[in-house]
Amino acid sequence: MVDQTIPRRNFLKGAGVAGTAVAATLSSGLAACADGQTPSAAAAKPATPPSEPLLTLTPGEAAFLSAVYDTFIPADQFSPSGTDCGLVVYIDRQLAGAWGQGARFYRMGPFLPGKPEQGYQLPLTPREYFANGIAAANAWSRKTYGTPFDQLSPADRDAALKTMDGGKAEFVDFNSKRFLETLYQSAMEGFFADPIYGGNRDKVSWKMVNYPGLPATYATKAAEYRGKKVNLSPQSIADLN
Amino acid sequence: MAKTMKHVDAVCVGMGWTGSIMARELTKAGLTVVGLERGANRTPAENFVLPTVRDELKYRLRLDTMLDTSVETITMRHEPGETALPMRRWETFNMGDGLGGSGLHWNGITWRFAPSEFVLRSHLTQRYGKNAIPADVTIQDWGITYDELEPHYDRFEKLCGVSGKAGNLKGQIVEGGNPFEGPRQNEYPNKPLILSQGGAMFMKAAQGLGYHPFQTPASNSSAPYTNPEGLTIGQCQYCGHCEFFGCESNAKASPNVCVLPALMRDSKFELRTDSYVSRLIYDKHARKVTGVVYIDRRTGEEITQTADIVILSAYPFNNTLLLLLAGIGQPYDPHTGKGTVGKNYCYQTIGGVSLFVEEEINPWIGTGTSAASIDDFQADNFDHGGLGFFGGGYICVSGSGGRPIQVRATPPGTPRWGTAWKEANAKWYNHNLSLTSHGCNYAHRNNYLDLDPTYKDAIGRPLVRQTYNYRDNDYKMSAYVTAKAAEIAKAMGAKIVNPPQPRTGNFGATNGQATHHTGGCIMGTDPKTSVVNRYLQNWNASNLFVMGGAVYPQNAGHNPTGTMGALAYWSANAIVNQYLKSPGALVHA
Ligand SMILES: Cc1cc2nc3c(=O)[nH]c(=O)nc-3n(C[C@H](O)[C@H](O)[C@H](O)COP(=O)(O)OP(=O)(O)OC[C@H]3O[C@@H](n4cnc5c(N)ncnc54)[C@H](O)[C@@H]3O)c2cc1C
Repeated sequence: MVDQTIPRRNFLKGAGVAGTAVAATLSSGLAACADGQTPSAAAAKPATPPSEPLLTLTPGEAAFLSAVYDTFIPADQFSPSGTDCGLVVYIDRQLAGAWGQGARFYRMGPFLPGKPEQGYQLPLTPREYFANGIAAANAWSRKTYGTPFDQLSPADRDAALKTMDGGKAEFVDFNSKRFLETLYQSAMEGFFADPIYGGNRDKVSWKMVNYPGLPATYATKAAEYRGKKVNLSPQSIADLN
Repeated sequence: MAKTMKHVDAVCVGMGWTGSIMARELTKAGLTVVGLERGANRTPAENFVLPTVRDELKYRLRLDTMLDTSVETITMRHEPGETALPMRRWETFNMGDGLGGSGLHWNGITWRFAPSEFVLRSHLTQRYGKNAIPADVTIQDWGITYDELEPHYDRFEKLCGVSGKAGNLKGQIVEGGNPFEGPRQNEYPNKPLILSQGGAMFMKAAQGLGYHPFQTPASNSSAPYTNPEGLTIGQCQYCGHCEFFGCESNAKASPNVCVLPALMRDSKFELRTDSYVSRLIYDKHARKVTGVVYIDRRTGEEITQTADIVILSAYPFNNTLLLLLAGIGQPYDPHTGKGTVGKNYCYQTIGGVSLFVEEEINPWIGTGTSAASIDDFQADNFDHGGLGFFGGGYICVSGSGGRPIQVRATPPGTPRWGTAWKEANAKWYNHNLSLTSHGCNYAHRNNYLDLDPTYKDAIGRPLVRQTYNYRDNDYKMSAYVTAKAAEIAKAMGAKIVNPPQPRTGNFGATNGQATHHTGGCIMGTDPKTSVVNRYLQNWNASNLFVMGGAVYPQNAGHNPTGTMGALAYWSANAIVNQYLKSPGALVHA
C-alpha cells in the first residue's frame, strides 16, 4: 500500500513537470530501464535510473534513490555517478532479499520509541523503512520545493540532503536524520562492497582509494610492502572464482 | 512426552572456546561428554574459503556468523526503573552462534590480565587506603591469583600458538616484550608477527616518549605450528579480514581448528548442534543440576539430557539467564545490594584517536591484532594517586585491515559526500591510522543483568535485561588514557590528529564496540557475594561449573579471552584431579 502507491503517484505527478534541463541529464542506458513503465513516463523521468530491471523498487523509488546516490557520488574524475556505479541495483537487491525483508531482525512488540541510545525500535523491515522514508522525503520535498526530490536541481538535492543531515527537515511522523543516515550507509555499502552485490562496478571505488581487494595473501609481502606505495590492480570475488 | 537421552557423565551447554576446552579435558579424563550447541555445525574448510570469505558486506555488515536477533537478543536500559527495549539487531556488540561460538570469528588478541587485577579490591585498598574505593564501585577480588593461573595461561597460549614476545620470563624483564606482564614460565609459542608500518611508527613514537611498546600478542600464527593436541595451525596471511570472518588458512586459533578436530575423534564425545538449551533441571534439595532440557531446532522437539556434571559455557548472557530461570542462587537486587546472580555485569570502555600521516600505511595488510601496544597506562601500572579513578587500559595502533566500507577516515572538515569527499578518500585512505585506548570497566552497583518482564526469545524464554551505563570511573579513566593516546599520535609525526574521542555520554546500542561482556555469575570467596567459587563451581549446585567472562568480578583493560581459556583449564584441572575423586563442594563456605 504505502510502499507501492505513494511513490508511484509522486512519480507520475513529477513526470508532468520535468523540464528539458533535467531531461538532458538522461543517460544512454535509460531506454532499457523502463521495465514495466510506459515509454512516455520513462522518457520524462529526470533522474538517471539503472538500466537493469529491478526486483522490488517502484519506478518512483528508483528515481528517488538514483537522485540521492548521484548527489552523494556525482560523476567526476574519480568515478561515474552513483547510479552508473550500480548503487540502485545494489539497494534493490538488498531490499528484495533476506535482509530487506527483515531477516535477522527481532520483531516482537511492544514497539516503543525509547531513547536514541536504545537503537532502532520501529516495526518496519528495511524494505518497509525505505518505502516509508522515500514517501516522507518526497512529501517534504514537495512541500518545501514544490516537486518530489528527484525533480530537484543538483544544487537543491544537495541542499535538501544537507537539511536532512542537519536534522532540520521536518518529515511527517518520520525521523529525517535517521533516514539520511540509512541512505548514506546504503550508498557506502553499495559503493565500496564487492561488485558481486551489484554496486562498485568495475571496482571503481577500490581503484579510487587504491584498495587491492582480494585475494589478500601477504605473508611473503608484508615486510617488502611496508611503507611503500604499492599499485596492485584490484581483484574481486568474481575475478577469482 | 519429552524424549530423554542416555545419561552421560558431563554435558556442555554451548560449544565455543570454553565449552570445547572443557569437553576435551573431560573426555581425556575418561568421561562421556555431550556438547550441545544452539547454532549450526560449521568447519573452516567448508564454510570459509577463498574467494567468498573476503566479503565485508556479508560478514562485517550483515553479520553472517553472528546470532540471529530474531532468535535471541537482549534488552537494554541505562538505570534501574527505566523501561528496557530489545536490541532489535546488533548495532554495537555481536553475539556468536554456531560451532566454535565467537571463537570462530574473533580477532585473536590474546592477553593475560595484570596480576593486580585478580586481587583488585585488596590491592587498591592496600595502596590507596581503605576509603579510596567509592561505595558504588562494587569491585571484588577473584579468589584466585595470577600465579595460580599462570600454568593455565601457558596451556591456552600453546593451544592457540600465540605469536608474541615475552616481557617477563620468570621475573626477568626481557627487552621487546611487555615489561608490565606477570612473570611467565615460557616464551610465547610463536615469534611476533611481521610489524606493520603503523606498528613501527607507533613503537618508535612510544619509545621516544619513554613508554614500553611491544608487539601485541596474537592468536594469528606467525608460522605454521602444531599445537599440543597435535593439530596444525597455518601461517597468517595478513589478509586484513580477521575479526568477524572465518580464517581460510587456519592461521587464526579457533575451537574449530585447535580443539574440535581432536575432540571429534574421541568416541567418548558426542556433538549435537542445533540443540538449544532452554533450561537447567535443578534439584534444590540435593543441590545438584541433574541435567538440561533442550530444543532440537530441526524438529522443535524438547529433549532431556541428564548428566553428572553440567558445564555452562554459553556466554555470560545465557549463563546468567539459565541460572535465573532455574532459580539457582539469589538474583541480584541493586536497591539492597543483596543477591548475586546478575551482579557486576561489566563491559569494556574504549576510546580512540584518528591520525593522518605522510607515510604509506597499506592498511589492507592486516592481522587480527593491533600491531603494537603499550601497557604503561594499564591496570595499576601507574600511580592513581589524585587521579580520581582506578584502572586503565592499553593503547594500541590499528592494524586489522583496511576493509573499505568501514575503514576510511577523513580529516575534520571533509564534506560527507560529493567530489571533495571522494578526493579526501582517495588522498587519505592509505595515510590514516587510529590509536585505541582499550580500557577496563569496573563494576558498579547499578550495572547488572536480570530477566526482562516483557520481551521473549524464539523459544519462549524471557530475554536477558541489561541495565548498564558508563559511570564516573569509566569517563575519567577513558579521558585520561585517550589523552595519552593523542600524545603518542602527535609524536608519530602525524600531519593531522583528530580530537581525541574518549568514552563520553550514555552507553549506546548503536555505536560499534567490542564484544567483551563479563559478570553475572561472578567468582569469589564468599557465597554471599559470588555465584561460583574459585574453581568456577556453583555455590548452590556442586556439579554445576560456569565458564567464561560471566565469572569475572569486573572487567580488566585487556581483551578477555586469554583469561577465559586459562580459567577453563584451571577449572577442568580441579574437576579432574579433585572433584571426580570426591564429588561435592570443592570449597566450604
Ligand atoms: C567480532 C569479535 C571479535 C573478538 N575479538 C576478540 C579478541 O581479539 N580477543 C579477545 O580476547 N576476545 C575477542 N572477542 C571475544 C571472544 O570471542 C569471546 O570472549 C569468546 O569467544 C567467549 O568464549 P565463550 O566460550 O565464553 O563463548 P562463545 O565462544 O561465544 O561460545 C558460546 C557458545 O554457546 C552457544 N550457546 C549460547 N546459549 C546457548 C544455549 N542456550 N544452548 C546451547 N548453546 C548455547 C553459542 O551459540 C556459542 O556458540 C571477540 C568477539 C567478537 C564477537
